[in-house]
Amino acid sequence: MSETFAVRELVPVLPEIVLVLGAMTLLMVGAFRGERAVASINWMAILLLIAAGAIIVLLPAERMESFGGSFVLESYARFLKLLALIGSATAMLMSLDYLEREQQNRFEYPILILLSTAGMLMLISAGDLIALYLGLELMSLSLYVVAAINRDSVRSTEAGLKYFVLGALSSGMLLYGASLIYGFTGSVNFAAIAKASANGGIGLVFGLVFLFAGFCFKVSAVPFHMWTPDVYEGAPTPITAFFAAAPKVAGIAMFMRVAIDAFPNIVPQWQQIVIFVAIASMLLGAFAAIGQRNIKRLMAYSSIGHMGFALVGLAAGTMQGVQGVLVYMAIYVAMTLGTFACILSMRRDGKMVEEISDLAGLARTNPAMAFFLAMLLFSLAGIPPLAGFFAKFYVFLAAIQAGLFTLAVIGVLASVVGAYYYLMIIKIMYFDEAARPFEPMPYQLKAVLAVSGLFNVLFFVYPRPLVEAASAAAKSLF
Amino acid sequence: MSELLLDYLPLVIFIAVAMAIGAALLVVPFLVAYKQPDPEKLSAYECGFNAFDDARMKFDVRFYLVAILFIIFDLEVSFLFPWAVAFGELGLFGFWSMMVFLGVLTVGFIYEWRKGALEWD
Repeated sequence: MSETFAVRELVPVLPEIVLVLGAMTLLMVGAFRGERAVASINWMAILLLIAAGAIIVLLPAERMESFGGSFVLESYARFLKLLALIGSATAMLMSLDYLEREQQNRFEYPILILLSTAGMLMLISAGDLIALYLGLELMSLSLYVVAAINRDSVRSTEAGLKYFVLGALSSGMLLYGASLIYGFTGSVNFAAIAKASANGGIGLVFGLVFLFAGFCFKVSAVPFHMWTPDVYEGAPTPITAFFAAAPKVAGIAMFMRVAIDAFPNIVPQWQQIVIFVAIASMLLGAFAAIGQRNIKRLMAYSSIGHMGFALVGLAAGTMQGVQGVLVYMAIYVAMTLGTFACILSMRRDGKMVEEISDLAGLARTNPAMAFFLAMLLFSLAGIPPLAGFFAKFYVFLAAIQAGLFTLAVIGVLASVVGAYYYLMIIKIMYFDEAARPFEPMPYQLKAVLAVSGLFNVLFFVYPRPLVEAASAAAKSLF
Repeated sequence: MSELLLDYLPLVIFIAVAMAIGAALLVVPFLVAYKQPDPEKLSAYECGFNAFDDARMKFDVRFYLVAILFIIFDLEVSFLFPWAVAFGELGLFGFWSMMVFLGVLTVGFIYEWRKGALEWD
């Protein structure tokens, strides 16, 4: 090891190194300067996330490996890393005003976001099971703490504790699966597992099932979704926005990489798992959201449903399917962040309100916000020509071309059911008696809402850059 | 396969014997011991006094903090031992890997020191 290791092996890991070193430096600044430095630490954290994104763009475009194959950087990883970084940076930006007003300005918050993002990047690039687990834990442990950051609130601590206990359970399942896979194939490296898994075997499938159960938990797919509504509702709202975007990207990324890279020889075995999970998530996301009164809970069920739709693309198991998932995740992140920008500006008399009925008559009190929110909700429902339609279009197309007709039909039906609750919110905003107006939106939220709203509305005009980037990324995975 | 399993036979026998003895020690007192309970005998034994209060009392969260901090540095030492033993073969790469690890731990240590986690009051 010592002879073969060269400093240039660290080049592909540069974004992660920048994030981790930056986080530790900021931790020291915070420890010595205390709460006075919070504002500058917040902005430094956003700058670090942008810097990491810039490094990813500037690194040479070919496939690079590091640490004996346990760290892989190719177009696939680049695409998803940029997406995760955009999700984290935007969530960070959206939380600035909230934390200030709620007097929860702790300097640990941006640092935990940075560490969790570093974990996501490692997770996306993981080339073996050990690197995957390390990335996953770095991401999740930071998320548990962030969920409970408002430690004087019972709901927030409950969210953190629930998330931690269930997360630890799922990590245990994942590790058990990983150890079975190691036992039956003799390797933790994905390429070596692929080679050794050619003749299948019941033991390997057992390991696969446990591993996938752990993954399903991390992307909150049914039947491992129970934590999602409670955590989304209990965590402070900007943190919910963070949970809904970046960790989902990383979770789907590892799901796809393991399925495609490590188990290309036993596709039928994992395909049936993914099909079941996708159908269950789409249906639960559609039906369970109908009765919700709290908009954060509603978004939790909505995100469960969306993970189901994204997994439809993975179920296809083809390059086209992976491309569909990548497009889906990009559009999903944009829609979710925009919607949460609206939820974050639901504030009356200095207090956050979270009921759907609080949005009543928003079209009269704040027409611009109502218009953008309506567009985002139409997009989440998948109504053409908005971006959300194309997201669903690509995954269903891939499913049909892979011959999974039942899956595609159930998906379309579930999205019809799901459209009901999105449209209901629009009806409340446009046709109900106007409630008292919200306080004016802070400029960061306005910016996020405008960018994500315009992206959703105008995506169909020029979809090529995103679709082509996703296509190149999907190609690099196979 | 069966030869591999045969290697574990002593272990199985050992487990069986251990369970048999353990179960016997648990069950036999119920059958043969002399029993004449009274309230004094049934009460919790606390150095000859009557029990002061419930054993399930709350205690200070700082004990947990100290325990967690202890575990971190305990693990650090348990990583250092194999590293020190194999140090001759590890070379510069091994040296710097451990230095990075210790550096990260030091950052965490400075943080907890500045946050006052090491002070009892």
